[in-house]
Amino acid sequence: MAMKAKHQRMTLVILALVAIVAAGLIAAWALRSQANYFYLPEQMSAEPPAVGQPVRLGGMVQPGSIATQADGITVDFIVTGNEDSSVPVTYSGILPDLFVEGSGVVAEGSLQSDGTFLATNLLAKHDENYVPRELEGLEGHDGNDDYAETVAGLE
Amino acid sequence: MIAELGLAALWLSAALSVLMMISGAMGLRDAASPHALYARPAAVVQAFLAVLAFFLLLYAFAVTDLSIKLVATNSHSAKPFIYKLTGTWGNHEGSMLLWVAVLALSGGLLGGLERRLPEKTMSATLMVQGFVALGFYAFMLLSSNPFERLPVPALEGGGLNPLLQDIGLAIHPPTLYVGYVGLSVAFSLAMGALITRQVTPDFAKVMRPWVLGAWVFLTFGITAGSYWAYYELGWGGWWFWDPVENASLMPWLAATALLHSVTVLAARDALRTWTIMLGVLAFSMSMLGTFLVRSGVLTSVHAFAVDPERGSFILGLLGLYIGGALVIFAMRAGSISEGKRFTVTSREGALVFNNVMLSAILAIVLLGTLYPLLTEAFDVRVSVGPPYFNPAGAIFAIPMFIVMAVGPLLRWKDDKPARIQFELALLAAVAIAIVALVAILGDYSVLAVLGLALSVALGIGALLPLKGRNIRRVPTATWGMIAAHFGVAVSLFGMASESAFTSEKLAAMAPGDSEVVAGWNIQLESVDPVAGPNWTAIEARVLAARGDEDPTVLGPQSRNFWSPPQPTSESALVTRWDGQLYVVVGDSAGIDANGNERWQIRVWWKPFVTFIWYGGLLIAFGGILSIVGRLQVDLKRRSAKAQGKARRADVEALGSSDGDEPGTAAAPEPAE
Repeated sequence: MAMKAKHQRMTLVILALVAIVAAGLIAAWALRSQANYFYLPEQMSAEPPAVGQPVRLGGMVQPGSIATQADGITVDFIVTGNEDSSVPVTYSGILPDLFVEGSGVVAEGSLQSDGTFLATNLLAKHDENYVPRELEGLEGHDGNDDYAETVAGLE
Repeated sequence: MIAELGLAALWLSAALSVLMMISGAMGLRDAASPHALYARPAAVVQAFLAVLAFFLLLYAFAVTDLSIKLVATNSHSAKPFIYKLTGTWGNHEGSMLLWVAVLALSGGLLGGLERRLPEKTMSATLMVQGFVALGFYAFMLLSSNPFERLPVPALEGGGLNPLLQDIGLAIHPPTLYVGYVGLSVAFSLAMGALITRQVTPDFAKVMRPWVLGAWVFLTFGITAGSYWAYYELGWGGWWFWDPVENASLMPWLAATALLHSVTVLAARDALRTWTIMLGVLAFSMSMLGTFLVRSGVLTSVHAFAVDPERGSFILGLLGLYIGGALVIFAMRAGSISEGKRFTVTSREGALVFNNVMLSAILAIVLLGTLYPLLTEAFDVRVSVGPPYFNPAGAIFAIPMFIVMAVGPLLRWKDDKPARIQFELALLAAVAIAIVALVAILGDYSVLAVLGLALSVALGIGALLPLKGRNIRRVPTATWGMIAAHFGVAVSLFGMASESAFTSEKLAAMAPGDSEVVAGWNIQLESVDPVAGPNWTAIEARVLAARGDEDPTVLGPQSRNFWSPPQPTSESALVTRWDGQLYVVVGDSAGIDANGNERWQIRVWWKPFVTFIWYGGLLIAFGGILSIVGRLQVDLKRRSAKAQGKARRADVEALGSSDGDEPGTAAAPEPAE
């Protein structure tokens, strides 16, 4: 088992390199398959993700669209993007603290076969400093220009 | 006046860090140089001034000095006093000042206390420490001045983010920073040893307490942060693989690898270059974490301000330090001769294997954290979450836990697996039995089942080094290893149990309604408005009882702060030895059939979730024991030397009976 010192160092270096490269390859492969892609409503209409595939949907909550179902915990609302595109979303759970109509939201979940987006988690603006990254520039009264820019960048 | 004093102190410390650097460089060229004398005092005075600057800012926050811009934007006169104080580091500039103060303090302690290193190595170390400090002083003074005055004092402050108005802010950031920045000393020492080619066991013994200390603080800071996020955010989760959490996990992984490798270097004079590399890596991860959190490339509750100038500044520092260190490493690594040999089946072998596994996990976390930033450069927005991190991390974590259970049972240098075949068989049997048992009980995720099995096997494995030993004569440092390894098992058990067995219920309840969750009877009694010093809230009165016991009254709240205006959710918890009940109240959920107003109530029963943090505390405690043990051994050895040869012979006899190198220590070197 005992090796010459020089050889042992080489062996160790090679072992470490192999492990790190393996980690890198596993990471690259897993990231391709597991990364959660972000969609704007218009993108979701144009090129919908596979039914059931976990993705994120980001946009504005359409004013007047939030409706709580009879069970008191399931909420339906519509997320709008640019160009009048919109996606209906269903969510069961406690709404995030700053989830309000006309504000930005990122919904994590998957598209269902009936075209609604079933959200498992909602990320809303937490405070002035904490906006889901995807929604930066989408917020507030002066957000329209930035919003257009964001979308332009994505297309 | 306070602000001006603070600013002056910062400029002076920056100047002193230049002196430290120059004097250190002189000492490196010629240890007898008269100019080499200044490095140590400069380090100490610099530490004093930087800490003074921090306390001056603390004072400004305490008295809410609204003429200082930072106070005016981040504090409020009506805020509870404790949050005025903790608010000092609840913002970008203040937290950077804390960072720099801890950095200076570490340098000061190093310069003031460390006497064991050769003078040249010490000079080189202080030179590097001064150079690192200078960069961060420049960052503070040029782009993040915490003491900037307003032309006209503000009438009232902007207030602190309510999520941060919690005792957690008093604990989590300072401890984490001490850990982050304590690694700067490990970095400087590694560079100093590399530059002067003094990568020896003696150097490792000097480095080890610094690494251990930083690691204890990191462990504690991460544990505290996890628990804080768990109860404060109201999401019921304790780790979200948020980039900012990863930013604290990565230095911890590197520091864990480093502290094991430095132990091997100290005890066995092996793994010389690997230890240096890890020293560089650990602090690089600290700086990368600071960059990710402070630059605005990420948005989270931790990223206080988005300013591209600051981002590029920290990125520049990061490139300079890591790049510089790697260049020196590349130039010098070849001249560091290889240390002692060992076989695959030895304690060193196990440690090396786990070092590599830790590095691989680090690579997984690093790539997953940076990937969204990379794709964003190509206008593709992705998020990476648990579906990536959990399985990809587990590929390397599972072998690591297996080796971790067995490694401490092996002897140094060379061992035969047959010697510990009973232990191996025991651990394997326990793990397989648990996998089988859980698989019969129900349908749980593979990772959770493996986690449960490994945690129990690891828990037993952690205690096995005690087998056949006189408990009273087990050295403190060995207890440290046992506590830390057992802590990992406890924590892993909590994680696996939480992910496998959590029950959850979400319901719209009117007062008087009740629900059942995992044997708990949950009744909503009433919902009332309440008010605090700077918030109003809706508080639900919830009665929770398990079985026939007397109900516990819980008061989860949905709070509205008014400065800054922001709602937060305050969860209510019932802690039992076997888990925690977690209750959150949400919005009004309309009217029920009887015309009563309903409220959204979400309840989780999380079996053994608390073990996650108990484990974290145990790990940190193990680190403390280990430091104490080293100090004991150190003192013992000094007195032994003083008492002459006869006594020394005794100590050596004690040491060698445990298969240790004679004279290394009275205690066997554990692989904590």
